[in-house]
Amino acid sequence: MSILTPTAGPQAIYRINPVAKLATAFLLGFALILTIDWLSAATALVLESVLLVWAGLSARQFLLRTIPVWIAAPTAGFTTLLYGQPSGQTHVEFGLIHVTDGSISLAIATALRVLAIGLPAIVLFVTIDPTDLADGLAQVWHLPSRFVLGALAGLRLVGLFLDDWRSLELARRARGVGDRGRIRRLLSQAFALLVLSIRRGSKLATAMEARGFGGDTPRTWARESVFGWREIALIAIGGAIAAVAITVAVVFGTWNFIVG
Amino acid sequence: MTLAPQAPAAVSARGWGWRHASRKAWAVDGLDLEIDPGERVLLLGASGAGKSTVMHALAGVIGGDDEGEQKGELLVSGQRATSARGIAGLVLQDPDSQVILARVGDDVAFGCENLGVPRDEIWRRVAQSLDEVGLDLPLDHPTSALSGGQKQRLALAGVLAMRPGLILLDEPTANLDPEGVAEVRDAVARVAESTGATLVVIEHRVEVWRDIVDRVVVLAPGGGVLADGDPRSVLRDRGAELSASGVWIPEFPPRFTERRVPSSGGRLLDATGLGIARVRGSRIADGLDIGLDEGRAVAIVGPNGAGKSTLALTLAGLLRPDAGAVSATPALAGPLKSASPIAWRSKDLLTRIGTVFQDPEHQFLSSTVRDELSVGPRALELGVEEVDARVDELLERLRLDHLALANPFTLSGGEKRRLSVATVLATRPKLLVLDEPTFGQDSRTWSELVSLLAGLLDEGQSIVAVTHDADFVAALADDEVRLT
Repeated sequence: MSILTPTAGPQAIYRINPVAKLATAFLLGFALILTIDWLSAATALVLESVLLVWAGLSARQFLLRTIPVWIAAPTAGFTTLLYGQPSGQTHVEFGLIHVTDGSISLAIATALRVLAIGLPAIVLFVTIDPTDLADGLAQVWHLPSRFVLGALAGLRLVGLFLDDWRSLELARRARGVGDRGRIRRLLSQAFALLVLSIRRGSKLATAMEARGFGGDTPRTWARESVFGWREIALIAIGGAIAAVAITVAVVFGTWNFIVG
Repeated sequence: MTLAPQAPAAVSARGWGWRHASRKAWAVDGLDLEIDPGERVLLLGASGAGKSTVMHALAGVIGGDDEGEQKGELLVSGQRATSARGIAGLVLQDPDSQVILARVGDDVAFGCENLGVPRDEIWRRVAQSLDEVGLDLPLDHPTSALSGGQKQRLALAGVLAMRPGLILLDEPTANLDPEGVAEVRDAVARVAESTGATLVVIEHRVEVWRDIVDRVVVLAPGGGVLADGDPRSVLRDRGAELSASGVWIPEFPPRFTERRVPSSGGRLLDATGLGIARVRGSRIADGLDIGLDEGRAVAIVGPNGAGKSTLALTLAGLLRPDAGAVSATPALAGPLKSASPIAWRSKDLLTRIGTVFQDPEHQFLSSTVRDELSVGPRALELGVEEVDARVDELLERLRLDHLALANPFTLSGGEKRRLSVATVLATRPKLLVLDEPTFGQDSRTWSELVSLLAGLLDEGQSIVAVTHDADFVAALADDEVRLT
């Protein structure tokens, strides 16, 4: 539940506006999905790995949080290896499976790409505090405050839903219907959770309204969401990594524009 | 340091009424009430008298024309209450659904932001308000780590920071343990003193507030005011009547049928060296030895977070022991192979161990009260006639017959509690496990529950109850298990 428990620390990365982190992650991701080649992904990954040292996570935190990426990358690579577009010499052929020169290089490129996009995205996201993100979205990007703050307050209920889910499960066992088919039970439990969450949501909405939320008075902000040189620097670094990766790929001729 | 509020607000209701869009009857009708600026009023009335409706209307959160219809006039500081913003501040009953943001300081600031208060002024007010309610915590303290009493004081601070002329408290201590009740009451007393704001409180438990308020108003169920005056004379003149309608008044304690004989039969369940955990591996308590006998009641008591509910659910065969063992004697297990309740099938639990959850809504499965009661008997594959007979008996015994076709979720708090107990009784379990059965209940539901449980004990049923309620323990419990 990374979104519920952001990590915290004294490093500079924690003070950077979440909006800039979002922008940087999207910028890197966008640049790297324009092409599938091993060189651009490898270049980006090498440059990023230097920066990950300053990302504000301990080695343990880093490994724990990025486990999904470490699993996804080889999985994606392996799938591409077996089923990717065949070209060049064929090494193995079995039914739909073709391992060819082409699929080998595609597999390497894919695995590296998942790492190069996934690792910095996760590292940037886990250091985002949802409250700061909401402040940024509303004050820097001027998204409607009603929507942003409603979502932020609702997010806090997710923790309660987990407790509700556990109690619902125990209650079904206690009521004598815990032996029923698993799917049917899960469906009825999910529906019960929906009912409970709507009730919780409407209570929360009343509490917010009671504090003047949703009125006509223009809102002020207790926390100022600053967008300054740090933020610009972070986006610039992301842009530079993307530019270097693309340039290297084009210069060495590995660039293959995916849409082309 | 004191908080100068905006001028204390006057309240004026003239022939005011409100009807929810989906209902035929008026929730409040023909209300005439004048409250002077700075008065402190305790609002009483039987459940269904429309107390909460009045509070929501005064706070301006009752909704627009699509949610209901209003008549007459309800003014706060001379403005229409339903459209006035920022004059009244409301604290609600449920601590969990009032926390809005993740950090203490931000949560208190939320109301000020909505009122357009400048940033420097907001943080001044946040510090003052937290100080006023006695929450001495860093501004970035996570709100999820607060106790119930702290959450209610946080909500009060959030209201206070808006500098309201009228402070409305809708059962602010109903969901709290005794410690939390005292914290919140003291904070309110301090706030009322220092701000001078007008105060209106709804609460079933009169003794909590009687020394703080200077006026008691009793609403009549059909609409209008039943009694109005200083606390002493209203409680003296109307005490018996109020007590019968569910209000807790120390001079008129709820009556209940006492247990006849503290009898004891054979052993049903043994817990030895029991370690308990809500989630596997994070153990809350350890080395517990408990024995449960037929016809006896055991109360599990102790502070919040000590693992009382977890212990109850573990004894009930719903959570796996983290260490040690829970084992049923043949008297309870019958022909089942395993002595360990957690290994039993869900259906096998029905006639052996029945569990009433703290939040009745967690255990409701059906869309009518009648169906809800027949879930258990049907799972036991009893015949249609037997199912109907049991359901009819319980409907009558727990005064739910007029609600047989209602949706369980639409019942009042007391009705939900009675239904949740009835659903468990429908399968006649030998051992009854109850998690905070009297929490937030009015005195009428309380005495009904205690009388019912006393009767069950006399019939030889065994009871385990998690509770904070000293009166409940005094009335029923033979033994006490104290967790620390």
